[in-house]
Amino acid sequence: MPEIAANSPHAVAQIDWRRRILDRVMTGVAVLTVLVVLAPLVAIFSYLVYKGVGSINWAFLTQIPKPVGEAGGGMANAIVGSVLILGIASVIGIPFGVGAGIYLAEFGRNRQGSIIRFTADVLNGVPSIVIGIVAYAIVVLRQKHFSALAGGVALAIMMVPTICRTTEEMLLLVPQALREAAYGLGVPYWRTTLSITLRTATSGVITGIMLAFARVAGETAPLLFTSLGNEYWNLRVDQPTAAIPLEIFKYAISPYDEWHRQAWAAALVLIVLIVSSVAAVRYVVRRGTFGAA
Amino acid sequence: MPRPQPVEGAKVTTMTAAQATPLLRASSGELPDRIFKYVMTTCGLAVLGVLGLIVYELVLRSGPSWHTSGFKFFAGSDWDPVNEHFGALPFIYGTLVSSLLALIIAVPLAVGVAVFTTEMCPQSLRGPLSFFVELLAAIPSVIYGLWAIFILVPLLSQYVQPFLASTLGWTGLFEGPPYGFGMLAAGIVLAIMIVPIISSITREVLMVVPQHQREGVLALGATRWEMIRVGVLRNARAGIVGGIILGLGRALGETMAVTMVIGNRPEIAKSLFASGYTMASVLANEFSEATGDVYLSALIEIGLALFLVTIVVNAMARLLVWSVTRGQPARGLA
Repeated sequence: MPEIAANSPHAVAQIDWRRRILDRVMTGVAVLTVLVVLAPLVAIFSYLVYKGVGSINWAFLTQIPKPVGEAGGGMANAIVGSVLILGIASVIGIPFGVGAGIYLAEFGRNRQGSIIRFTADVLNGVPSIVIGIVAYAIVVLRQKHFSALAGGVALAIMMVPTICRTTEEMLLLVPQALREAAYGLGVPYWRTTLSITLRTATSGVITGIMLAFARVAGETAPLLFTSLGNEYWNLRVDQPTAAIPLEIFKYAISPYDEWHRQAWAAALVLIVLIVSSVAAVRYVVRRGTFGAA
Repeated sequence: MPRPQPVEGAKVTTMTAAQATPLLRASSGELPDRIFKYVMTTCGLAVLGVLGLIVYELVLRSGPSWHTSGFKFFAGSDWDPVNEHFGALPFIYGTLVSSLLALIIAVPLAVGVAVFTTEMCPQSLRGPLSFFVELLAAIPSVIYGLWAIFILVPLLSQYVQPFLASTLGWTGLFEGPPYGFGMLAAGIVLAIMIVPIISSITREVLMVVPQHQREGVLALGATRWEMIRVGVLRNARAGIVGGIILGLGRALGETMAVTMVIGNRPEIAKSLFASGYTMASVLANEFSEATGDVYLSALIEIGLALFLVTIVVNAMARLLVWSVTRGQPARGLA
């Protein structure tokens, strides 16, 4: 009789046993997913170090690329080019991003604010290559040639939404009492916002800026047809400029072993730059005013 | 700013300091505040302006292609720049298939990682673990591509693809020579890249599930897995779907890593071993060398299509995530 069997203590124990096994199995599956996800991370970093360290030398950091077939040469022009493009992007992107964040936190508690907030989130998801097309249309077509400026504009557009949203979040964490205390002393609103609110949230705002910076520092797609790349030194804003990610792409898909070696070296330089800024971000957040944030 | 600046400046300089001080003090409560608000509002509106500019430029510049091809552009599978035949279907197909493949691989992994970090692992492991998973998101696309070319692709062609062909070859999905490069490689690289996005959103969503839900289910005698399934995952469904769609949005627009491994041939093949081409990678490869207005505008039209799809996908994802985490500063719970 099935009913009796189901009610017997033996059957209950059996179901319990199955449930406990399933529980263990699912825990095992979860651990397995973590290992599978972390495997590529370990693989990528170990290969970067393994292949990259041997290829980085003084020449790599100080010389410009040699013609195909000649050994040696380096990427000094691309490193400088990256700094130039990222500098332009920061000069344009940071003020606009922080400004938009201040607007959202201080004046944006309304319909217009929600629309801008939503737009920033959506803008964050626009593919970087599409941003590249827009920078091409705005800058390159008007200037009639590829330039560092066009690359900088593309990256600046990508920085704004991230900086804007983190700035807003950080400003909202500042206690209202601080603002009220400032008004109570007769400090005008703009002074309160800049010297009290923004000042208090500085470490968080810088975190946002650095995250945005780290994100665009490795971007390649928007630079392909804006700053284009350059074999030689260039410090002029209106000329084609080399960048580390562009060089990695060009060298990786080339058929030459020497170039592959340099691609790994460049990738290591790039990742060290990015990871150290992400680590610095975490350090700043821990030590900053808003450790809990 | 409505008032011209120089007039005011001139007035102040003609006064003595004693006269000027009260004037400045009186105005500091009004005019500078108004100017400050205008400047900040301008920055905020610039965000809207950028989106408007993107739409305007893409629509304007893709005009010539739209006039030549019309709807055929999205239905034709013939991409022949020399004779100016432009059909974007192979790219749309490649983008969709590589992204879906990425989702199939990434979703179970990402949800598993999120469940492990929020529900199972010891408190002390939580921080480092999520840091390492998010580190995956910090690796630039081009480095994924470099790694995939030299490590993943040889691995696929030597071990994985022969194995798949011999065991699952009958499905027709795993046929042809195992070159390594192709749709499968692109899907795997994309999957690695979107895992951190999906898992971090899922983690945020899981953390806003109220603690008493878990306690309630546990009190009914559930095992931990039953508690997670019934008490946590079921409540967080909408948000997890939002995270998945957000990952899809990223996969659709991902350019460099895909371009480096997908093989870049505009053809539609059933086998995942075959080469493909995505909307983003055709832009990366051909844009700077496009000659002729129609060719360039055809590429920009692909960009416009890509933009519209990602906008819709992202907006959908944001709304879903907001519907779950609304009113709760999810980050504060970390």
